[in-house]
Amino acid sequence: MEILVCVKRVPDTAENEIEVNNDGSDISRDDLVYSVNEWDNYAVEEAIQIRDNVGGTVTVISVGDDDSEEVLRREMAMGADKGILLSDDAFNGSDGKGLASILKAEVEKGKYDLIMAGAQADAGAGQVGGMLAAMLDLPYASLVNKVEVVDDKKLKVGREVEGGNVEMNDIELPCVLSIQTGINEPRYVGIRGIRKVASVEIPVHNASDLGISPDTVGGAGSRVKVLDYFVPDLGEGAEMLEGSTEEIVEKLVELLKAKGGIK
Amino acid sequence: MTQVFAYIIHKDGVADDTALELIAAAKKIQADAQVTAIVTGSGSDLDAVCTEVAASYNEVLKIDNENLAYPNAEIIRALLLKMLPSDAILLVPHTTFGMDLAPGLSIKLDAAFVADVVEFEGLDGSTLKLVRQEYSGQVSTHVSCDISSGGVINIRPGAFAPDESKAASGTVVDKSSEAQGITVKRSYLETVVAEVGDVDITKSDVLVSVGRGIEDEDNIEIAHDLAEVLGADVSCSRPIVDSKWLEKSRQVGTSGQTVKPKVYIACGISGSFQHLGGIKGSPFMVAINKNSKAPIFQVADVGIVADILEFIPEFADKVKEMK
Amino acid sequence: MTPLIPPSQYFLLGFFPTILFSFLIPVAGVALFTFIIAKRLAPLVKAAPDNRFDNIPQRIFNLLKIWLIQYRQPRYMLAGVLHMIIFAGFLILSLRSTSLVVIGLSSDFVLPGFSGILGVIYNLLKDYAATAVFVACAIAAVRRGYFKPARYAVPEKYGHDHTKEAVFVLGIIMTLMVSESLFEASEFAAGEHGGFIPPLTLVWLFTLLLHGSSTELLQPLHIISYYVHDIVFFFFLCFLPLGKHFHVITSFFNVFFMRIRKGNIKPVMYGISDEKLDELESFGVKKLEDFTWKHILDFYSCADCGRCSDQCPANAVKRPLSPRFISIKARDKIFNNYPLRGKFLKSESLIGDIYEEDEIWSCTTCGACEQECPLGIEYIDKIVDLRRGMVDEGMVPQSLQKPLSALEKRGNPWGKMEKKRADWSKDKEFAAGCSVKLFEKNETAENLYFVDSITSFDDRMQDIARSVSRVLTHAGVDFGVLGKAEKDSGNEVRRFGEEMLFQDLRDQNTEAILNSGVTRIITSDPHAYNALKNEYSGLPPVEHISQTIVKKIKSGELRLSNVQDMDKVYTYHDPCYLGRHNDLYEDPRQAMAAIAGINIVEMLKSRDRSFCCGGGGLMLFYEPEEEMRMGVLRVQMAKEAGANVIVTACPFCLVNIEDAIKVAGMEGQMEAIDLVELIEQHIIA
Repeated sequence: MEILVCVKRVPDTAENEIEVNNDGSDISRDDLVYSVNEWDNYAVEEAIQIRDNVGGTVTVISVGDDDSEEVLRREMAMGADKGILLSDDAFNGSDGKGLASILKAEVEKGKYDLIMAGAQADAGAGQVGGMLAAMLDLPYASLVNKVEVVDDKKLKVGREVEGGNVEMNDIELPCVLSIQTGINEPRYVGIRGIRKVASVEIPVHNASDLGISPDTVGGAGSRVKVLDYFVPDLGEGAEMLEGSTEEIVEKLVELLKAKGGIK
Repeated sequence: MTQVFAYIIHKDGVADDTALELIAAAKKIQADAQVTAIVTGSGSDLDAVCTEVAASYNEVLKIDNENLAYPNAEIIRALLLKMLPSDAILLVPHTTFGMDLAPGLSIKLDAAFVADVVEFEGLDGSTLKLVRQEYSGQVSTHVSCDISSGGVINIRPGAFAPDESKAASGTVVDKSSEAQGITVKRSYLETVVAEVGDVDITKSDVLVSVGRGIEDEDNIEIAHDLAEVLGADVSCSRPIVDSKWLEKSRQVGTSGQTVKPKVYIACGISGSFQHLGGIKGSPFMVAINKNSKAPIFQVADVGIVADILEFIPEFADKVKEMK
Repeated sequence: MTPLIPPSQYFLLGFFPTILFSFLIPVAGVALFTFIIAKRLAPLVKAAPDNRFDNIPQRIFNLLKIWLIQYRQPRYMLAGVLHMIIFAGFLILSLRSTSLVVIGLSSDFVLPGFSGILGVIYNLLKDYAATAVFVACAIAAVRRGYFKPARYAVPEKYGHDHTKEAVFVLGIIMTLMVSESLFEASEFAAGEHGGFIPPLTLVWLFTLLLHGSSTELLQPLHIISYYVHDIVFFFFLCFLPLGKHFHVITSFFNVFFMRIRKGNIKPVMYGISDEKLDELESFGVKKLEDFTWKHILDFYSCADCGRCSDQCPANAVKRPLSPRFISIKARDKIFNNYPLRGKFLKSESLIGDIYEEDEIWSCTTCGACEQECPLGIEYIDKIVDLRRGMVDEGMVPQSLQKPLSALEKRGNPWGKMEKKRADWSKDKEFAAGCSVKLFEKNETAENLYFVDSITSFDDRMQDIARSVSRVLTHAGVDFGVLGKAEKDSGNEVRRFGEEMLFQDLRDQNTEAILNSGVTRIITSDPHAYNALKNEYSGLPPVEHISQTIVKKIKSGELRLSNVQDMDKVYTYHDPCYLGRHNDLYEDPRQAMAAIAGINIVEMLKSRDRSFCCGGGGLMLFYEPEEEMRMGVLRVQMAKEAGANVIVTACPFCLVNIEDAIKVAGMEGQMEAIDLVELIEQHIIA
């Protein structure tokens, strides 16, 4: 099976305290460390496992600047066969649709049976997979936490829905899946693994390679734009509730009602 | 004026809470918005939902088809593509279904798409200004969205207070014929229900989390009682799991689960950073602890210095009383 | 009486010369033995290289102490003493057995030099030796076969019980002793030797019993006992390499080649420098032949005495690890893959075959097993090599992947920001009374306080950093910290098999330390102490804060008051990386003892038998299956010793023990404190 996985380099929220920069135009990136988007990593692991079971290749692609090469290498160290970087200044500031159309251009250059993406990334929108499927006119399933290859024309997939239940579907190939965390246990990639693939060439495709008109992507082509970043009011330290137990309970009930803690 | 549609999620003949939240959201976009509900399904359950929803929506489009008995996003996307006018705004709850349906639909409609919106800040011409969150809720963003050729907007469940006015008495229009002849390449098989007792605290909105302050296994019960009246789940810190008072799947922390609730009630938890490391998304945090110097008070929104063994039962009683 | 005919001149049934047996049995025995040993050597030849020919004087010393004197045996008194008797008996009787073989060919044979008084003394000695061995074996057999000490039990998942084999071998040894004695006693009873018969020996007993018997009885007995001894002797020789009694042969070599240095981990591959590591196809141990030859020899040498597992804290809390079976399962696998007859089998991955992932991650590398092994078998290097193999294959539990990735990116397992590493020193109350120099701000000092990750970032452990700073300041020690330039020491990173990450951390720390220009490094974290001292190179001398404290008390620069709380009974918990791995047992005790009036008790398990608290570093992130926590057992041991305060000198021990006190529900009855905090409480300003 020919599998393509879309990955993204994102600030590692587990290891970063995300703050807004001085003018609110972006998050403060000085002390950030980056890694591959966690959901994407699960998707790559799943792709590798499928390939190891039924044969084929796994290709990882990413839209980003030169730094994104490091996440492609990381995924190749995990076992992906090939990496392609989609990079062009014109791509900067693309909204979800812009990203999906860049990815679509690359997908159409090859012949893939299965396209996977993480269910969401740093912006938490969870949109690119579904958009890509629609652009390619392929069936789509989101939040997939179980994949079973039925034959070369069909998969059985489980979607993680509310309450931890799993919605089982048959889906025809080729298709697009967005992968939920927990679908597998991604293997560890150490420094040594990355060094092993350090010299593998990663082709870079720009807008003209992909036949993309610059005004359809990037900030210019975006209908959805982030205006500014801000930190929702949290306040410093806890507001200590004082008084008799009864008074405190009453205040607490009120506060919780407002915050949705009492249904 | 742009036409606003809302997709109604329902189950067992009852509309989801989001049905009323979408009206509130629509009114935040335009105070006088006329909102049309779209309800898909089949049989008497569908009729019941339509009737229920008609009390709040001006118009209810009912699509009855046996293929819609389970909401397969692939079918509904094809259906909505046929039904929606080109410049419409469609509001969809940002649930696992909404996430499945909406992004692709926006492409097919050539409409703008915004996910997981928590607030609207007005419509200026065809530019809609709204608020959403990034980085697991650590920062918020103001976003502008050009809806000149329509928009599909996913609304975070619970972010808008439901519009309970029931001011409309809309008509139910049967659009079932639109569902004829749709074929898709994905078919729903079954839903595998999570094992009973196997609570997934990572999906809980409200957590009553207990730490060593609970002192004894028998006292875990008071946390369960409180959780029950709040509609919450019980989670805990590591020592509780080590003592085998609660199962491992309920442990919050770097060595346990990472949770993203909206409200986190820390009961007798001192707040080691291993524990706090498992709490993401800046929930509203209430800390109850005997020790006024417990570090948990530095990160909590609200703090109460009290013995949880006395405070929690009283608190639970109060909530019960209100209901 | 007619003198008995010796085996070399006897004719069986009157026509068959038994000397033919005397010739054929040794020839066949030696040939078979040589064949078996050759087969057993094959995996050693195919194994990875090892460097064991250095430090020859030290190796000879170990041989004398651990092999010949059996220094470690009496740690288990009964079994140890029995073993020492049997071992000494074997050494003495080996000469007798050898000469007996020749006597079968030539009845007058006497070992060179043994014809005179030496021979008389030797004969006396060997008769007592044989008797002692016989008695020791009898006791051992009853103990093993009837009382069945729990230590020898084999859990079902690990294979079959070895009691039968053990008792069988004891029976063989006893047969040798009896046949040798009968051979001699039959001759005495026939009255040929008028010589002295050592009283109360087997020979003496048998002579007494046979006294007055006819030649018709004594002659066959003489011949039969000789050949029983001959056959059993060579059977035993060939039987040894087939099981746990191989140690009779290999122990000599195993002890000679045992590890000399402590506290360090073997390189990924001997003979490959760090720079060349990238060229290696594979890392660590994945299949049998990836072990070094010494490690294969270890497997051959395991006597199944069970002492390692008896001391192993992971085994004690029922984690899926028992060091004894690391050896035994590997030996069984070697015997299976290198059969005596037929083709050698192709090796497969050990993980998933004889070892489980969780088994290998369960080890805290505390070193209790190695400290105990009477044969010098190593475990930590093997565990680390197996982990290296798993890391190379990506088989790392999710719970460990996050801290490893954080260590790679931020230099600490929690992913805390580098710039906050010295934030503990900015605490207002603390900073008012004590200022800590920061090398990153171009300050200089003579000494470096290497804080390491947990003491830098954990709220509770930051107290240790502040206590260290105050104690050093009081003692007039000029010191500073590296701040954001300090990375995790990597002690556990290396032990969890992430060698390349360890080397990265080591290189960054080495550069930062050398740039700081200090002449001494002080640390309060034994894991950092161990890494800097044993795993880094080219650094200034490293000392643990307990050593600094003792020096300063002796020099009078640090003065301590009388004990503050007379009700407290203190016990000192030896951290593994201070004690066993670095032999630092006395300084912390001396420091405590410098507090006048302090009431100190020792736990039963202390010094080199200290019981691990649960492990440090990355072990905090690993979620083992276990029935209880090691720390809880440790706290109970402190209670049994009558203590109400556990003093330790390691932040990880403190984390684990403080947690354990809570889990054990002993809050209010037991507390834990770091040595530095205890000292600080008693400083006279």
